[in-house]
Amino acid sequence: MASPELKAPMLEVDDLTVRFRTDDGWMTAVDRVSLSVGDGEALGIVGESGSGKSVTALSILRLHAAPTTRMPTGRILYGGRDLLTLPTRQMRAIRGGEIAMIFQDPMSSLNPVLTIADQIGESLRLHQGVNQATARKRAIELLELVRIPDAARRVDEYPHRLSGGMRQRVMIAIAIACRPKLLIADEPTTALDVTIQAQILDLLRDLQTELGMSVILITHDMGVIAEFARRVMVMYAGRVVETSPVGELFRRPVHPYTEGLLEAIPKLDVDVRRLPAIPGSIPDPTAVIPGCRYSPRCPQVQDTCRREAPPLLPAGPEREARCPPRVAAMMAAAEGVS
Amino acid sequence: MADATATILASGEAIAARRRFRVLRKLLNHRSFMVGFIIVLVMVIAAMSAPLNGVDPNRMAIRFRFRPPQEANWFGTDQFGRDLFTRTLYGAQLSLWIGLSVAVLSGVFGAAIGVLSAQFRRLDSLLMRVMDALMAAPAILLAIGLGAALGPQTHSVIIALAVAYIPRTARIVRASALVTRELEFIEAARVSGASPMRIMFKHLLPNAAGPLLVQSTFVFAYAILAEAALSFLGIGPPPPAPSWGNIIAEGRQFAMQAWWIMLFPGFAISLAALGMNLLGDGLRDVLDPRLKVES
Repeated sequence: MASPELKAPMLEVDDLTVRFRTDDGWMTAVDRVSLSVGDGEALGIVGESGSGKSVTALSILRLHAAPTTRMPTGRILYGGRDLLTLPTRQMRAIRGGEIAMIFQDPMSSLNPVLTIADQIGESLRLHQGVNQATARKRAIELLELVRIPDAARRVDEYPHRLSGGMRQRVMIAIAIACRPKLLIADEPTTALDVTIQAQILDLLRDLQTELGMSVILITHDMGVIAEFARRVMVMYAGRVVETSPVGELFRRPVHPYTEGLLEAIPKLDVDVRRLPAIPGSIPDPTAVIPGCRYSPRCPQVQDTCRREAPPLLPAGPEREARCPPRVAAMMAAAEGVS
Repeated sequence: MADATATILASGEAIAARRRFRVLRKLLNHRSFMVGFIIVLVMVIAAMSAPLNGVDPNRMAIRFRFRPPQEANWFGTDQFGRDLFTRTLYGAQLSLWIGLSVAVLSGVFGAAIGVLSAQFRRLDSLLMRVMDALMAAPAILLAIGLGAALGPQTHSVIIALAVAYIPRTARIVRASALVTRELEFIEAARVSGASPMRIMFKHLLPNAAGPLLVQSTFVFAYAILAEAALSFLGIGPPPPAPSWGNIIAEGRQFAMQAWWIMLFPGFAISLAALGMNLLGDGLRDVLDPRLKVES
């Protein structure tokens, strides 16, 4: 197996900042986020609501409304081009053609007045210029690929006749129609039943290997991350707080926030009356918090945390964390062992 | 290879044909659509067959003036002895033509303005202020003003009424498109690389088709009524052209002596409006896949 570090990443987000105009002025939704995705890699992004994970994903496809959005810093490099400065027409060719996306709510992600064939075919006609009959035939093949039974009949139906899980399969079929190199899945299983969630995740994983896609999976569900991702990025209040291979993250979380998230997962072998929760809630994005943004909620907060904004520090192979005290402690422990 | 392609093409066409057939069958089973359709169909046939009667709608026969309905003149005669049955049939041609043209014109322009202002937010305030200005004047007053400016001719009536009804249609399409554009499938369409034009015409417009269609049938009915009102006020197609409005306007002063002059064209107007409304309701039920109407 080739080591992923040796290859140039297919997508590299560098120092991305996204700001939105609100009634109270400009609010920073994503603050100097950098990430990279290798060929065929599955990256997970976790965080609470409002942590900036979806905004980051939408920025990659440049889908924010221009008049109320600023991106003062950052580059999004894909195939040697910066997506942030690409002309609109070329950007449109990338959307759906090379980078595809699926959304959280399969109920509202399909146009109710067009048949499934029309909606899968739209992407094919836009990017590959195939005619209607070919598009319909390809649509049936794609429905079979996402394991929808009786595809030849389903293809002519309207979305309201499909269940939530089926609609999400259709969304996936639309997304992979043009064999994208990167699939961004924004909470693809959140709106589904647990049994359907597992099926959809299985399907995504199989498709990823079959088609050799890279996948960015956005979720707030640690279980989903554990099952799907190889590398995880944890976001808090618009910033990356920890990046780590998935196994390491679950074994030894560095950042106290990650630790809090992991402790909040119910465990089968431990009896507790009440699950531990992280006290407080994610800060208002317009609020100015000096020092570490997690400090008001952090159980291990120190004086320096409240004064100085912590940098992202290396914390082992392929690991980074934005918590100097914990990183220092970890390094010391590692040296003590060796 | 060529054979395979041909087969696929053929099967695609067969599917499309079957889908069209399904819509047709649903329409045939829809009661109010069929009632409306038959009413409108009968009126259209009656209008087209008017010349077969062989009577000149403008031929006067003073000796036979004010004849009540009888075997020779089914709908009676007016103050000049003109046959009202013939005039009502010819009136159908004119009134239905005006109704159709106004419905189509205001539908096309209203839909275009509506989706444009929903899609391009910068155009929105400009277009909607123009629409507000047009809407500030009552439709009939606006039509009177425009009709007076353009002169009493059939096409000026059509233009005046179309302009008067465009703002309402535009508002309805815009409202529907504004709701639609916030739904996730629009974002999904943008994600798959659709251009703003494609989103407008492929996603926003079809989702507004139901309200647009119903509104157009109302406009059709309103236009027939408004044409009658304009003719009544003397701004419609100039006499002696027989439009339903003209006939009623001319019969007004004799309403006490000759009730039949106003009755039959008035009834025709109501029937046309009713037929169009039933037709429109039925079309909406069948064309909107979300409303599952089975009977």
